[in-house]
Amino acid sequence: MFVYVKDGKILRITPIEFDDTDAPSWTIEARGRQFSPPRKTTASPWTVAHRSTIYSPKRILTPLKRVDFDPKGARNIQNRGVSGYEPISWEEALDAVAEEMIRLHREVGPAAMLATPGSHHLWGNVGYRHSAFLRFLNLVGLTYAEHNPDSWEGWHWGAMHMWGNSFRLGINEQYGLLEDALKHTDLIIYWSADPEATCNGVYGAHEGAVRRRWLKDLGVKMIVIDPYLNHTGALLGGKWFSPRLGTDVALGLAIAFTWLGEGTYDKEYIAGRTTGFDEWSAYVLGRPDGRPKTPEWAEAECGIPAREIRALAREWAAKKTMVAAGAPGGMGGACRSATGNEWARTMVALAAMQGLGKPGSNLWGTTSGVPIDCSFMFPGYAEGGISGDTNNSAAGFRWVNRMFPDGGAVVNPQHSTEGQTVPRLRIAEAMRHQNEEWRGKGFCGSHIESQFQKYSYPAQGYPHVEMYYRYGGSFFGTMTETNRYVTAYREGKVPFVVNQAVWFEGETKFADIILPACTNFERWDISEFANCSGYIADSYQFANHRVIVFQQKCIEPLGESKPDYDIFCELAKRMGVYGAFSMGGKSDLDWVKDYYHATDMPKVMSWEDFSEKGYYVVPAPDEDNRPKPAMRWFAEGRAKDTPDWGPAPWDQINSEGLQTMSGKIEFVASSLKRLEATGTVDPERPALGPQYIESWEGHHTVDLYAKYPLQMVSPHPKFSFHTMGDAKDSWMNEVKDNRLLKEDGNYYWLMRLNSRDAKVRGVADGDLIRAFNDRGSVILAAQVTERVPPGTVHSYESCADYLPLGDPGHSPDIAGCVNILTPKRYITPTSTGMANNSCLIQIEKWEVGARP
Amino acid sequence: MKKWNLVIDVDRCMDCNDCFLADKDEFTGNDFPPYSVAQPWSGHRWMNIMRKERGQYPLVQVAYLPTPCLHCDDAPCIRDSPPGTIYKRADGLVIIDPVKAEGHPEIVNTCPYEVIYWNEEARVAQKCTGCAHLIDDGWLNTRCSQVCPTEAIRLVLADDAEMTSLVAAEGLEVLRPELAAKPRVYYKNLHLWTKAFIAGSVVFSDTDECGEGATAAVSLDGQKIGETTADNYGDFYVDGLEPGGEYTLTVAAAGYASLSQTLKLAQSLNVGRLVLQR
Repeated sequence: MFVYVKDGKILRITPIEFDDTDAPSWTIEARGRQFSPPRKTTASPWTVAHRSTIYSPKRILTPLKRVDFDPKGARNIQNRGVSGYEPISWEEALDAVAEEMIRLHREVGPAAMLATPGSHHLWGNVGYRHSAFLRFLNLVGLTYAEHNPDSWEGWHWGAMHMWGNSFRLGINEQYGLLEDALKHTDLIIYWSADPEATCNGVYGAHEGAVRRRWLKDLGVKMIVIDPYLNHTGALLGGKWFSPRLGTDVALGLAIAFTWLGEGTYDKEYIAGRTTGFDEWSAYVLGRPDGRPKTPEWAEAECGIPAREIRALAREWAAKKTMVAAGAPGGMGGACRSATGNEWARTMVALAAMQGLGKPGSNLWGTTSGVPIDCSFMFPGYAEGGISGDTNNSAAGFRWVNRMFPDGGAVVNPQHSTEGQTVPRLRIAEAMRHQNEEWRGKGFCGSHIESQFQKYSYPAQGYPHVEMYYRYGGSFFGTMTETNRYVTAYREGKVPFVVNQAVWFEGETKFADIILPACTNFERWDISEFANCSGYIADSYQFANHRVIVFQQKCIEPLGESKPDYDIFCELAKRMGVYGAFSMGGKSDLDWVKDYYHATDMPKVMSWEDFSEKGYYVVPAPDEDNRPKPAMRWFAEGRAKDTPDWGPAPWDQINSEGLQTMSGKIEFVASSLKRLEATGTVDPERPALGPQYIESWEGHHTVDLYAKYPLQMVSPHPKFSFHTMGDAKDSWMNEVKDNRLLKEDGNYYWLMRLNSRDAKVRGVADGDLIRAFNDRGSVILAAQVTERVPPGTVHSYESCADYLPLGDPGHSPDIAGCVNILTPKRYITPTSTGMANNSCLIQIEKWEVGARP
Repeated sequence: MKKWNLVIDVDRCMDCNDCFLADKDEFTGNDFPPYSVAQPWSGHRWMNIMRKERGQYPLVQVAYLPTPCLHCDDAPCIRDSPPGTIYKRADGLVIIDPVKAEGHPEIVNTCPYEVIYWNEEARVAQKCTGCAHLIDDGWLNTRCSQVCPTEAIRLVLADDAEMTSLVAAEGLEVLRPELAAKPRVYYKNLHLWTKAFIAGSVVFSDTDECGEGATAAVSLDGQKIGETTADNYGDFYVDGLEPGGEYTLTVAAAGYASLSQTLKLAQSLNVGRLVLQR
């Protein structure tokens, strides 16, 4: 973005418009036409609205202490969230935090401090999450709350066993697929994918919109399979299917059944590139269980007429088809549901039956795969920045030797597979000092079997956590059954909570000490557009151009707020690790310069020129050097020739084959068979698959369904990136399809429900409703719509704030944390993921100002 | 001379709200004399994005209509407001003078398109200025056109003759032409907003297959005014109908008995499943 500053204030923020000195854009020739992207960047709505979050009335401008919290005496943790705050000095706040950390070290034991960031609340490769945050915490010791792969779940826990790709958490590579689609594809099926909306194509703002328009202009047909007529479907048109939540696998199996019966699948590919197909096709045909997976059988499950399922199967088989199963080539709300693992496997299975990797036929999310230079070294934020933490940043090993050629990286065994960890989904239980057992440490990208590894909390010889260092966005709106997280603050056993935050919202309001951080517009940093890297390797392909940005300090930090890096420096001084943390006293700008010099940037631009101009566009490669199409090598049985960063050498022979034991797509997963052979059978994650397994919270759970007859889908949001863009009294509140202002002055989060469901409940468009189940209730504004079928309701997750009407954790929330309603149960017994989209609720009308 | 025109393509808008927010970014807290004083933090929609669903589950279409001040050449606001408070620039932009218009809340009600808002703090009526201050600085984009990721909004700086040809070439329309206000904001694919469709899903009873290839014809007063063919899912949409009319829908396929029904079309309608018998 360009940031215009006048008199020390930000005046406006605009997209970057490239000039004539910037590298030319690529051009793709396809079907007699030429396609080249606009000479500018696009922006997500919350980016356009950044000025209102930077100058938000919710900014925390001084350190705060809860009024009835005495770090040396009564802590009164039962009053968290209600007792209010008083400003204190930075000295007092930092001393209190450091003294507690030292006390824990001497009196409780190693890693007694729990710490974790939110998924996203800022941007920058130096002063942010994997970087300064990890560098500091690794030095002082911690129990890290490991993030479950919240966007990948079913791919990570399911598809990974079918085709490997652990280094992408089970998702397909995307190289070269834009050109492939423009040249060869006839049909794109968006299955649980909304690239025009979902966090705006993930990291890449609206960069992909123009490419989907090209495809439409070429006459490529679009089909949307989504419980909600999503924004991609609304924009591009095409047939919309809305399977009942949790039954997408049934629909998929009926498609396979049709292909098997009509012989319309790629038999040669199946024979040469897959294993276990005979056993699986027998299952589809109903031989072992007497239940053929016919379209009629699927109709009873998913509600889509059998004749339409057959028509879909026939169209798919007849056309070269891209399956966009989630915006970046995988993901999608269907993967965040009970047995979402089987849905992700279904996507791979169906794509394989149609020659996955052959021209025009692939798993491609339409957001990535543009022909840009993947050889130019500029890391993403998941490469560890200034931490050098190779354990906990996906691709840190690729960066650490460049950034720290003479040493200085910081790793900590406490923060490793041999230390203590807590799943983010069980933070509440850890705060209550409950014992927990689970499998897999966070994002299990290192190899397939790493997700089978058993862990327990407390780890052997480690203490329960007694301090919580919270950084970034709130989990109340993003995790599951989130009243747990609220009550853990007030009823748990953690006597000291510090929250380092920019805005006074959500979880921040439950801390004892609040350290006010500034936004990345008030400090120095460096990054690349859409480049998170790591498990989304080469993710800058989301963007039409590689744009490397000097994130200039535009204004002074507001109030007494400080850059995160400076806060860590101050604490490091008190902990006696300042020299190690700052490597001899470097400022954030010093680090930015060092970072720049460790990349390929100095080869093309001097630091002076870069810092003057503020950005650099990496030239697109000439046609001969464009990345080769994803999986073409596999379809043709050749060595892998894409720039992908996996499989590891030990997972391949001669660079050929997938990461699975057979090197092929496995309908009987060898890894799950080995898990079974070591004594663990997970009936919800069978070795033979994909299989249709009835949802453990859905229309087959009849007692619960009778009580709570509405199925809620809560996808990643359109108008926020996790909690980054939401609330904060920002202009985002006024986006009509995001929140609705009511007479009490509150901006209510929306829930979308079908006109028939609204009518029988006496609910009109814009009315307040109470959405509830046994886990809690949320007050929302109803949007009465035809974009969901009767029986399904839709509300985005990721509310940033939390506003209980009464006792926190035991009363309705009017901010919109719909994850209060979602189940805490893991996606399968051995899959430590979340199933937010398996959620039964009821709705009733609610009056403004009503009390519970 | 080159005048200010905005062209908005309804078919390309996906309600991303970048235009709505870029407007807030430009004008909230920022004064641009002599054209505008700062927009309040909340409440104004100088770019107001309207939403419309057409049809009923599962045959549904969605359209959005970004609506700024239309900068009419025969602007009702200029006509009906106190003299001098609102004026038209030579380039076509309609400007509420924030000094002369102070203390005139009645200005808000002069616009039949309802695009004028009251700023209580500044005691002045406000609306989209067309980014007059940026145009003066030589910008070739308004904030909304610059930020639009689908190129749904285009700033066209053209003389009147050029604009007339563009309107003809691209089939551009204006909102509520019956008001004769001569807006300078033009819409492409406006039928997605103003017209209605009759949709349905055809099924062949003997095979229980989707009624691909069946024809769906709509007539008004005995005259056929629209016809389409059902797709491979049996779905058809006969679009472009004036809402409010009484239409006859006839669905036919070779070898099957035709079905006919007469409908009072208040709004777009999905008639549901139509089963054709041999």
